[in-house]
Amino acid sequence: MKFPDFIVTRLDWLANEARANSLWPMPFATACCGIELMATAASRYDIGRFGAEAMRFSPRQCDLMLVAGRVVMKMVPVLQRIWLQMPEPKWCISMGACASSGGVFDTYAVVQGIDRFLPVDVYIPGCPPRPEQLLRSVIDLQEKVKATGTVNAREVAARAAYEGPTSLANQLAPDETMVVPGDYRSATRLRD
Amino acid sequence: MPLAPAVPFSVDEEAPEKEFLYTLNFGPQHPATHTTLRLVLTLDGETIVKAVPDIGYLHSGFEKLGEDLDYNQYVTIVDRMNYISPICNEISWHHAVEKLMGIELTPRCKYIRTIIAELARISDHLLCVGAAALDLGGITAFLYAFNMREKIYDIFETMAGQRFHPSYTRVGGLMVDVTPEWVEMTRRFIRDDFPKAHADIVRLLNRNKIFIDRTRGIGVLTKEEAINRSAAGPVARASGVTRDLRKDEPYLAYPDLDFDVVCSRSGDCLARYLVRMEEMRESARIIAQAVENIPAGPVNVDVEDKLTIPDKAATYRSIEGLIQHFELFMWNRRWKPPVDEVYGATEAPNGELGFYIVSDGEGRPWRARTRPPSFIHFALFPLLMEGHVISDVPAVLGSLNIIAAELDR
Amino acid sequence: MPDVQQLMTDRFGDAFRPSVFRDNVRYAVLADRLIEVMTFLRTEGRFDFLVDIAGIDYLHYPDATDRYGVVYCLANSETAERVYVKVLLNDPEPRVKSVYPIWKGADWMEREIYDMYGVVFEGHPDLRRILMPEGFALYPLRKDYPLRGRGERHNFPPVTRAES
Repeated sequence: MKFPDFIVTRLDWLANEARANSLWPMPFATACCGIELMATAASRYDIGRFGAEAMRFSPRQCDLMLVAGRVVMKMVPVLQRIWLQMPEPKWCISMGACASSGGVFDTYAVVQGIDRFLPVDVYIPGCPPRPEQLLRSVIDLQEKVKATGTVNAREVAARAAYEGPTSLANQLAPDETMVVPGDYRSATRLRD
Repeated sequence: MPLAPAVPFSVDEEAPEKEFLYTLNFGPQHPATHTTLRLVLTLDGETIVKAVPDIGYLHSGFEKLGEDLDYNQYVTIVDRMNYISPICNEISWHHAVEKLMGIELTPRCKYIRTIIAELARISDHLLCVGAAALDLGGITAFLYAFNMREKIYDIFETMAGQRFHPSYTRVGGLMVDVTPEWVEMTRRFIRDDFPKAHADIVRLLNRNKIFIDRTRGIGVLTKEEAINRSAAGPVARASGVTRDLRKDEPYLAYPDLDFDVVCSRSGDCLARYLVRMEEMRESARIIAQAVENIPAGPVNVDVEDKLTIPDKAATYRSIEGLIQHFELFMWNRRWKPPVDEVYGATEAPNGELGFYIVSDGEGRPWRARTRPPSFIHFALFPLLMEGHVISDVPAVLGSLNIIAAELDR
Repeated sequence: MPDVQQLMTDRFGDAFRPSVFRDNVRYAVLADRLIEVMTFLRTEGRFDFLVDIAGIDYLHYPDATDRYGVVYCLANSETAERVYVKVLLNDPEPRVKSVYPIWKGADWMEREIYDMYGVVFEGHPDLRRILMPEGFALYPLRKDYPLRGRGERHNFPPVTRAES
């Protein structure tokens, strides 16, 4: 039996309301922003008021990845692997200047924005952002979920193209690059 | 060649005889590792036979960046080193720089720096204690501790405008002078808020059976090992080492103030927790004395020294101030420190935090080596962990207070 | 501590050169006699606490004669006196004996200097890279390595929505 379209729309609405108001964050807290994330979860700011207090450290139970703090070369394969382990539908908040753009750390080891390697939904500026900003980003993400989500996540499947900026390695002159190929598929596995 | 983990998974060379041993990968993403530590544990059942830490998951090139920034700019980077007590890093960095340049601070600056260093020490110990309790299942102590940290953040925000990374110190002084409201806030915090919260945490944890059972006798560090393996700060003092740079090499206003060095003999996780709790009380004592005795006068050394950034009024209204501002900010002028090397250290909440500065006479350091306490304490970890079970890993990690950004820099 | 310095002069003669800057007492020592000097300082001088080991690259430093420097900061845990012992090393193979047998705390400090400068510590039980990934081929804190690297930080394949 085929449902008429209006029922599907209302099912979408129901699913979106449920998802938006119980985002389960996976705190990928690496540096300073992680402490502000803890402060947001603690008593004064209480992220639980927005339904996002159930921090689960297992990626398989989460649908919101909060990348708080800078991500360095050695960490990128781990980050990508954790992102791949999260079930759909999932969203990503890039918290702080370091995660969004590298921030003050324009050095050999820090990647200049995780959006070069992962899809990101909401960016938060600040070094580190205040807890209010993090709460605001959760509200923004809820709006995005409510506006675009579908019950079977077909809006995600439609976005097959890579959305972030292109990798800087392709823009450098050949004599400036030293190629150390990294691969999230092999990097955290057992070596042969 | 792929960017493989630095510790291969097949650690055990003698596999045929010890087939019952297995390897567990702990981290880098794990709730008990706080941030980004990775441990490769070789286990016999649940007992840890061997623990191999693998670090560098947050190595962001601080020291390379220090060679690219000048003596004032680098303060924003050292802030992000031990990010739960940023002020102590700033004070330590500028302590070394001022030693290099031979600056004697003004009394007012010394007192203010002492007060904020001790406030940062309280907030660091609060987070360490709270997070250790959180890892062992006691979320209430964590919430109490964070409530106090928010009050300290408010004090920092009033003082410098940024609640988390104030970047407040400058070569030869401070960014701005403090206000009477700030003094009143600090006084109120020490008089009313802090003793209550401290007593609450003590009541929550000190006689808590679960907490005591999981920390007493776990991760014992003997005095000889502590000295031989370079441990400092609360970790060493919990093992009976009496070294405290605030007493041994008095700097800032510490010689004028009355306080005790907290030590313990047993060297286990419980001792480290108790030492931290008592140190907070001593810090509160220091602040209570210092805040009543802040001397009057300028916070920066005299403009004649050509070393401090003049304040805005002096820059806009006097020709000397304008010239000095110009001299310090142009790329080809800046400071002219002696061509030499110096090591300066202060007592950070985690232990001795020192900077080895090599200067080539330019405005930027040639080398800005950090002596990071977390790095040295994490090297103790395999020793502390041998023979314990997996559930002791969070207890030991929490008591060592490993800060990944300081560990990897 | 003048008496230690006097003893050192008697014992090592021209193999070491003392200097003082601010409150830092520093001994420059020939690299092949480092272990001898360190053992002496540990036993006779009572410097039982190895505070830190710092590596320095002196490429293009004004008036530098050697390429690398390794500075050992020692302290006495009872009296809080400090000395700084410095050895100078050169390319192509900067090598120095490890002080791990004297102070176990030197373990990770030496590994870090090996990682950042490529200085080899002979006799170190486990000299591997510590901060950089194992496949990394260069030494990032050397002065001839650029601050922004050589493109290593961007050499990862991106993950798209469709892949996940």
